[in-house]
Amino acid sequence: MKLHEYQAKRVFADAGIPVPDSRLASTVEEVMDAVEEIGYPAAIKAQVHVGGRGKAGGIEIATDDGEAREAAESILGMDLKGYTVERVLVETGVDFETELYVGVTMDRGEGEPVAMVSTEGGVDIEAVAEETPERIAREHVDPAFGLHPFQARKVVYEAGIPRDVAGDVASILSTLYDLYESRDAADIEINPVMVTGDREVVAADAVMNVDEDALFRQPELAEMEEEAAGDDLEAKADEYGFDYVRLSGNVGIIGNGAGLVMTTLDLVDHYGGSPANFLDVGGGAKAERVTHALEMVFADENVDSVVFNIFGGITRGDEVATGINEALRRFDEIPKPVVVRLAGTNAEEGMEILDEELVQVEGTLENAVQRAVENAQEVAR
Amino acid sequence: MSIFVDDDTRVVVQGITGGEGKFHTEQMLEYGTNVVAGAVPGKGGREVAGVPVYDTVTEAAREEDADASVVFVPPAFAGDAVFEALDAPLDLAVAITEGIPTRDMAKVNKRLSEVDTRLLGPNCPGIITPGEAKLGILPGDVFESGDVGLVSRSGTLTYQVVSNLTERGIGQTTAIGIGGDPIIGTSFVDALSAFEADPDTDAVVMCGEIGGEDEEQAAEFIAENMDTPVAGFIAGRTAPPGKRMGHAGAIVSGSGTGTAESKIGALDDAGVPVGDTPDEVADRVEEFL
Repeated sequence: MKLHEYQAKRVFADAGIPVPDSRLASTVEEVMDAVEEIGYPAAIKAQVHVGGRGKAGGIEIATDDGEAREAAESILGMDLKGYTVERVLVETGVDFETELYVGVTMDRGEGEPVAMVSTEGGVDIEAVAEETPERIAREHVDPAFGLHPFQARKVVYEAGIPRDVAGDVASILSTLYDLYESRDAADIEINPVMVTGDREVVAADAVMNVDEDALFRQPELAEMEEEAAGDDLEAKADEYGFDYVRLSGNVGIIGNGAGLVMTTLDLVDHYGGSPANFLDVGGGAKAERVTHALEMVFADENVDSVVFNIFGGITRGDEVATGINEALRRFDEIPKPVVVRLAGTNAEEGMEILDEELVQVEGTLENAVQRAVENAQEVAR
Repeated sequence: MSIFVDDDTRVVVQGITGGEGKFHTEQMLEYGTNVVAGAVPGKGGREVAGVPVYDTVTEAAREEDADASVVFVPPAFAGDAVFEALDAPLDLAVAITEGIPTRDMAKVNKRLSEVDTRLLGPNCPGIITPGEAKLGILPGDVFESGDVGLVSRSGTLTYQVVSNLTERGIGQTTAIGIGGDPIIGTSFVDALSAFEADPDTDAVVMCGEIGGEDEEQAAEFIAENMDTPVAGFIAGRTAPPGKRMGHAGAIVSGSGTGTAESKIGALDDAGVPVGDTPDEVADRVEEFL
């Protein structure tokens, strides 16, 4: 789960990391009230979950009322890579000399958190990692002990951070690690940390992603979670408890188990079709879940045909078949052709139960996918 | 022969009194697994499916001589449950639970490097040595005893590939689900190296998926250390970057690491044929035997 910049900055500020004075605004008038309080120069920053906001026109610096109003009018309501900007953060413009990077993330290969510091702040850090990895100093952290103070100093000095601000940067890094640990962050970073002419350090941006599996013990952060913005179907999937990802093709896919559903998508592609979605109904696909899954896939206007692939381990084929029949009988007319393939526990009973007036039944995964692709091609024709 | 589990394995089920724990204990017993105990704090003295329940894993291990556990404990408490299995100490812990916070698994992972216990999972279907024992939720009747080892990050995909093998009369020595989380106990390399050492395993199937670099490391290991032939499958060729495809670990990062392309390329370079479909994987295995 991603926090917005303003949310992450609140978390950082509460922990004692210096951030610029700021106000959240959702109307032009609120922006004008905010600049009156914080003064100029002021940064007006779109609060949407999109990388590269600046380049896309989502961040403006205003030096007077005219510019502030103009920026507010242009950013509020704008479409930023598919997301509508509903709020902006109005923030004191920091007069900086240098931009640094600090962050903590999980090194998946090592199974250990890693703290990172670089003098290359203010740019895409993944590009730095790719092109000049030596410019990022890294320190792995034993998760049982946390980041020792000496480790924070060590990585800061190794990164070549100017000596007069090294202590402050190490202190920010230590606080950032404590937040990473205590708030179950998946990753957390400040890019850039700005160093002002007076040699003060300020967190000018804030990124914090929270481990979704840990939200149960982070009630404050869970409250910050918004409905999945931008895609109604993805929000619906959350409600039903499905793992769902929307794609751009026209073959709808429903299955059980992440690996098998991914494989079904790949086979659609392999046989010349294009997958419209990933939808994992999970174990024990009862009639109600099957109905919800079919409703979701039918609701996607890109979908021309559907393939339903269940390999029953715990999930029983006869139960799934009954669910599919029940779900489809609720429609006066089946909106899109559905191919069903059942395997595993009670699959044969399931195949007999399936009503062939409602669905096309196939015995193998390969045949089911090919048939669904052909159906989609026919509909599209 | 087999790897990690056989008909001598004595199993304690952690979380045996929960719905999942109870159901799968019955299934495991029916398959012939030696489930000798359950462990649930506060529930000591009861019986589930004829199996005695203890308050702690240590007590269960001591009283019933258990050497392995299967963890069906809810995510909030599962990290602690794995620590308990390591403390007992058991030889093997199989964590079925999905959704354990990464922070908890990072601590478990650290502890694993200091003890001799093997962890399978979390977020895995378990392990089966056909005809001898299954620890987990795998449907027993899909598997058949034979000469091929199988290791996979996914449950239902394992069942699919195994059924493609079984249709051709190809059985398995042991099949292992290592789990779909970013931090897991037993890796592909660990499982492959055990299959390589098993004289009865004549070929191995590895089913990987997008995310992380475990498959790339496995490819390197196969090229350098394995004489047993390996066939591969990689799920997620059509997955877009930045989207979690069901499994917490199945994600192509924004900067492009963890792609199916990279994994297939690494396996190709290691001389491992990668099937485009599960049935093609079975073709490759048939050619090996």
